[in-house]
Amino acid sequence: MALETTQIQDKLVETFGESVFHFNQEKDLFSLEVAADKITAVILFLKNDPTLRFHFLTDLCGVHYPDNVVERQFAVVYHLHNWYENKRIKIKAFLNGEKPEIKSVSNIFLCSNWMERETYDFYGINFIGHPQLKRILNMDEMISHPMRKEFPMEDGGRTDKDDRFFGRTPQKDNK
Amino acid sequence: MSDSNITMVAPPEGVVGEGFFATKLNDVVGLARANSLWPLPFATSCCGIEFMATMASHYDLARFGMERVSFSPRQADMLLVMGTISKKMGPILRQVYEQMAEPRWVIAVGACASSGGVFDTYSVLQGIDKVIPVDVYVPGCPPRPEQIVDGVMQLQELVKNESVRRRSSPEYQELLASYNIK
Repeated sequence: MALETTQIQDKLVETFGESVFHFNQEKDLFSLEVAADKITAVILFLKNDPTLRFHFLTDLCGVHYPDNVVERQFAVVYHLHNWYENKRIKIKAFLNGEKPEIKSVSNIFLCSNWMERETYDFYGINFIGHPQLKRILNMDEMISHPMRKEFPMEDGGRTDKDDRFFGRTPQKDNK
Repeated sequence: MSDSNITMVAPPEGVVGEGFFATKLNDVVGLARANSLWPLPFATSCCGIEFMATMASHYDLARFGMERVSFSPRQADMLLVMGTISKKMGPILRQVYEQMAEPRWVIAVGACASSGGVFDTYSVLQGIDKVIPVDVYVPGCPPRPEQIVDGVMQLQELVKNESVRRRSSPEYQELLASYNIK
């Protein structure tokens, strides 16, 4: 018997009520949104429930939405996979833009240890309870979080680029 | 041995007489150094593959007296940096350079090592000359083995004409100081 999306939705709503919402079938991926403070409970439930059995965390990453209202400027996205039914699910949790923090799931899925560090490195999202939340890919001296939209795309130290060849400065002599 | 076709480097300018040959120490040292440069390849990406071709039999960098590739910086004279150097790797490259004994030379092979190349971004060092002094830049993305050989020959010219006193000159000390290298 295949695991139906309505079944997932009913079970989650039954257990978590108002904390899970925006259920949506995006192409072939069933997605939902979770209140950030309930994330560990929801993930643990999805993993341990005998019918849901989402026992594999495929991906965890951050998203920056600078144009959103301040309560929804960051999102953490979790992709879970049920190998028994080959069913995938996507969970989003939105965070405050001023102080983005969410509980760590690194004790539920060990693989998220790496991914949460990476997300912290690039977005500055604080994962509360992570055993070693420090930079993983960028150099330790870096102060900023480079995947935030306000971060400039090009390196300031570049000296050999002539802006005229990139159409960025108006050419005065050229009428 | 007379039928051997080994070519020898021409002797430097000097005075030849009965049983003696007089020339400048600078020229002799330069000649010796230029024809026994031991390379230290610091290869991180595709330029390194081109360097492998350069070292192999077809292009044969051994013709220049440098078939002994040194993988220890302590015995190397010529550091060849080939490929993208990330900012995180910058201090490591610097450490490798510092471990080399004087006299030491550096060739930046390819666009990435010379200027950052297409990687104009937060994680990539915008040219290795931001952390260590560079003697020769080889352009290309990646450069062909001929270009690398040309870069090496340009460096040989530099080495031949370098004064034996250059490494203790105040200008050189100033250059190293500007990179904060002791």
